Amino acid sequence: MRPILMKGHERPLTFLKYNRDGDLLFSCAKDHTPTVWFADNGERLGTYRGHNGAVWCCDVSRDSSRLITGSADQTAMLWDVQTGTQLHTFTFDSPARSVDFSVGDKLAVITTDPFMGLTSAIHVKRISEDPSEQTSESVLVLKGPQGRINRAVWGPLNKTIISAGEDAVIRIWDAETGKILKESDKEIGHKKGITSLQKSVDGSHFITGSLDKSAKLWDIRTLTLIKNYTTERPVNAVTMSPLLNHVVLGGGQDASAVTTTDHRAGKFEAKFYDKILTEEIGGVKGHFGPINALAFNPDGKSFASGGEDGYVRLHHLDQDYFNIKI
Amino acid sequence: MSEVVSMEEIRAISDRLGVDLTQIDLDSIHLPPGDDLGIPSDDEDLLEEDALEEDQGFGNILVVDNLPVVPKEKYEKLEGVIRKIYSQLGVIKEGGLYMPVDPETQKTLGYCFIEYNTPQEAELSKEKTHGYKLDRSHIFAVNMFEDIEKFLKVPDEWAPPEIKPYVPGEMLLKWLTDEKARDQYVIRSGGDTEVLWNDARQMKPELVYKRPYWTESFVQWSPMGTYLATVHRQGAAIWGGATTFNRLMRYAHPQVKLIDFSPGERYLVTYSSHEPSNPRDTHRVVLNIFDVRTGKVMRDFKGSADEFAVGGTGGVTGVSWPVFRWSGGKEDKYFARIGKNVISVYETETFSLIDKKSIKVENVMDFSWSPTDPILSLFVPECGNQPARVSLVQIPSKEELRQKNLFSVSDCKMYWQSNGDYLAVKVDRYTKTKKSTYTGFELFRIKERDIPIEVLELDNKNDKIIAFAWEPKGHRFAVIHGDNPRPDVSFYSMRSGTNTGRVSKLTTLKGKQANALYWSPGGRFIILAGMKGFNGQLEFFDVDELDTMASAEHFMATDVEWDPTGRYVATAVTSVHEMENGFNIWSFNGKLLYRILKDHFFQFLWRPRPPSFLSKEKEEEIAKNLKKYSKKYEAEDQDVSLLLSEQDREKRKKLKEEWEAWINEWKQLHEEEKMEREKLRDGEASDEEEEYQAKEVEVEEILKVDEEVIPFEESQQ
Repeated sequence: MRPILMKGHERPLTFLKYNRDGDLLFSCAKDHTPTVWFADNGERLGTYRGHNGAVWCCDVSRDSSRLITGSADQTAMLWDVQTGTQLHTFTFDSPARSVDFSVGDKLAVITTDPFMGLTSAIHVKRISEDPSEQTSESVLVLKGPQGRINRAVWGPLNKTIISAGEDAVIRIWDAETGKILKESDKEIGHKKGITSLQKSVDGSHFITGSLDKSAKLWDIRTLTLIKNYTTERPVNAVTMSPLLNHVVLGGGQDASAVTTTDHRAGKFEAKFYDKILTEEIGGVKGHFGPINALAFNPDGKSFASGGEDGYVRLHHLDQDYFNIKI
Repeated sequence: MSEVVSMEEIRAISDRLGVDLTQIDLDSIHLPPGDDLGIPSDDEDLLEEDALEEDQGFGNILVVDNLPVVPKEKYEKLEGVIRKIYSQLGVIKEGGLYMPVDPETQKTLGYCFIEYNTPQEAELSKEKTHGYKLDRSHIFAVNMFEDIEKFLKVPDEWAPPEIKPYVPGEMLLKWLTDEKARDQYVIRSGGDTEVLWNDARQMKPELVYKRPYWTESFVQWSPMGTYLATVHRQGAAIWGGATTFNRLMRYAHPQVKLIDFSPGERYLVTYSSHEPSNPRDTHRVVLNIFDVRTGKVMRDFKGSADEFAVGGTGGVTGVSWPVFRWSGGKEDKYFARIGKNVISVYETETFSLIDKKSIKVENVMDFSWSPTDPILSLFVPECGNQPARVSLVQIPSKEELRQKNLFSVSDCKMYWQSNGDYLAVKVDRYTKTKKSTYTGFELFRIKERDIPIEVLELDNKNDKIIAFAWEPKGHRFAVIHGDNPRPDVSFYSMRSGTNTGRVSKLTTLKGKQANALYWSPGGRFIILAGMKGFNGQLEFFDVDELDTMASAEHFMATDVEWDPTGRYVATAVTSVHEMENGFNIWSFNGKLLYRILKDHFFQFLWRPRPPSFLSKEKEEEIAKNLKKYSKKYEAEDQDVSLLLSEQDREKRKKLKEEWEAWINEWKQLHEEEKMEREKLRDGEASDEEEEYQAKEVEVEEILKVDEEVIPFEESQQ
């Protein structure tokens, strides 16, 4: 089917997130205004106004009532999904890069960038059910890794936090004590900065995308490398189909080099790989800038991609796709 | 370093010791040699500089002998003369001219030392002034200072050289006996150089040899594939062997830039150019011709770049490479170079000019050898009343076989067919107004009596010629012509039907995205390639059937190379582009077999094969009975492909099984943790993501209700 082109952002997209029901799609961009869309027809439902900087990441609670966003204006904000009102603002001393709700939505992990002499950090905040009781206190602050932490997500049963970033190392932290439990091996791990990380639906494994032109699939408990997907471009975004054993990689050449070559040279495709055989299945073209964000609808029948070009493309997959056999 | 001592303290110490500082000549104090007693010298940087110079050795010092012996009075005059002679050839260092004087007689000793800034200058002066006649009785004998030691070591008596027992070498052509009849290629990417088998059946390469930093600039196969040459600062080296690559020989040539093998692999020409120390001078060029097997220098040529920069185009700035062009055939009998108004032809028996003199041709612009016979074709442009001409010259008799005068010519290019059967001369002529040019071809039939010439003009003779190529070993040629963004491609044959003596057009393909032609080395198949502006369009064309076999694209491809057998083609994107470096291997009919991506990809070269030993008749017989021969190979191919798909299936099955096992293990854990998760969610039970169902809800919405009264007319009834 023809993809639905969703125009609404004025700046490059940074992140996309479906809610659990798969009817809403949240998009973040560098233009300060996270937006929510109907995931079915791409109609714009509303925006969340209040940030004063690029919005890097968001997460939505299981019951689709709360939205948390992390922004370069050094805040992370908690929103009411339905009304768009700001419920709480967590302020930091450096840009907030990544946010993630825990199982049960009682905790959130927020990472902050290295900034003005501050090192990067991972903050764990308690999220109160009643927004009026919400405090800004951190339950836990983790520090240590060099460079930006691009993603931090919760491990199984909220017992661990998995982080990945510019130093190309994946770390598993104990969410109680803040100790590093595991670090990915330099030999088998990524060679360049990790740009994205996504958990599988059941939370058993996760995939990381890196500038070293590869994506890797890891066991979430043991941090053993399960699969390796190699491509021709730096990988900016990764996602996995909840339905089929497919992974999707998005990326493209560096934004600074884009204008110097033919648009085809950039290969701004979303590439489908077989998760198990690690073989390329196909690609979805369309963006004319690198792909920065990818998200699969929880029903597995559509996915959205967000590009440096400022567009969100919503692809409903044809029946043919489900009949692919390799 | 000692602590800094101030003058005050020194005075205090000297007072205490009763030494009058003013009475001491500080310069007369010497430290024990080799020990500075911890006192840093003010001259330290000076000393370091000296040390640096010493590292260079004495390569820049000359010894000039056989000078006149003069008394003190004439010393300065003689020095002036010598200085005048030697400063013309390079910059003499300050105080670099030293003429020793006999302390007893106060006369000079008849020799002097001259120190230049660079060894190159010294070497040049040595060559130029050795044997210089100052007057009848004083003929200079010039030597390098460095050589003196060498000359001293020459034993007085001749000793017979030790005869080494013969050690059989490795079989250098082993790769040709590969059971699967595969070909090899070398690739260079990043710092690594790899030689690989092209295993097209397995759809992947197989590594033969890999070596990081094998070469400092590039690698090159010898024309028959026996050796792989690498280039280093100290010189060139060749590598080869039965199963791996060992160094077989080194050829010392400092700062070598370019190398070239003779077609029969017997000689190697190396080239280097050196910056002049005096910026007004031109680059100095050094060429060595080595015997490949013994490593001996057979002849060297030295001179300024100007001497080697006449005629031709391409190569390195100033010099057209190869400087020496070899005559065709395996014998490597002759080689030639073009100079101002001359063509110098050398023979390899003596490495000297044939008949001791060059062929004089006024204004000669370009020349080329027939690929098989000792025949030179040369082009002389118009000059005064003389028309331009192309002539064929037989070597070694220097007899002119054929000549053709051409009028109002702006440029000429010569293309030999690979068997030396035909020569095509592309002639650009001025139109009557002299404002533009048009192109025609003069076709020589070399092997026929009297060498008939035929003139060919394109249907539209104003078309610009973009590319021209002969079919290897064949009688056809292809031309890309036209001014459109999409030019036309035409094929011609030197035979027309029954008449073998006339050229005929086979077909013209209109509007092709092509600007380069790549014939298969076996003929018949050709790739019409659109490089650069066309982004790597490839059309695989069968000239026998005049049919396109396949069209494909290797985006941004920079190189197209046929393997020596004409079975496979490689297209490569080299590091001129930033992205997508790597290469593709295609079958001759345009099926992509495999693709390898390598960052910083520099070179792709198929290993050439020596010419086949089969006679023409035998080859024809095989072509005739191809079915009989191919049966065996087809069966093999099928076995391999069956095996492959079998292996593939096995592998996939295994991968799937592994995955299932892993997932099951996880699911078990997941189940065990179910309760805990529920607790985290305040008892919300659902773990399953599929617990919600899509229900179709029909919603009817009434948009608008209009009531309209339609008049009912009685009259209609």
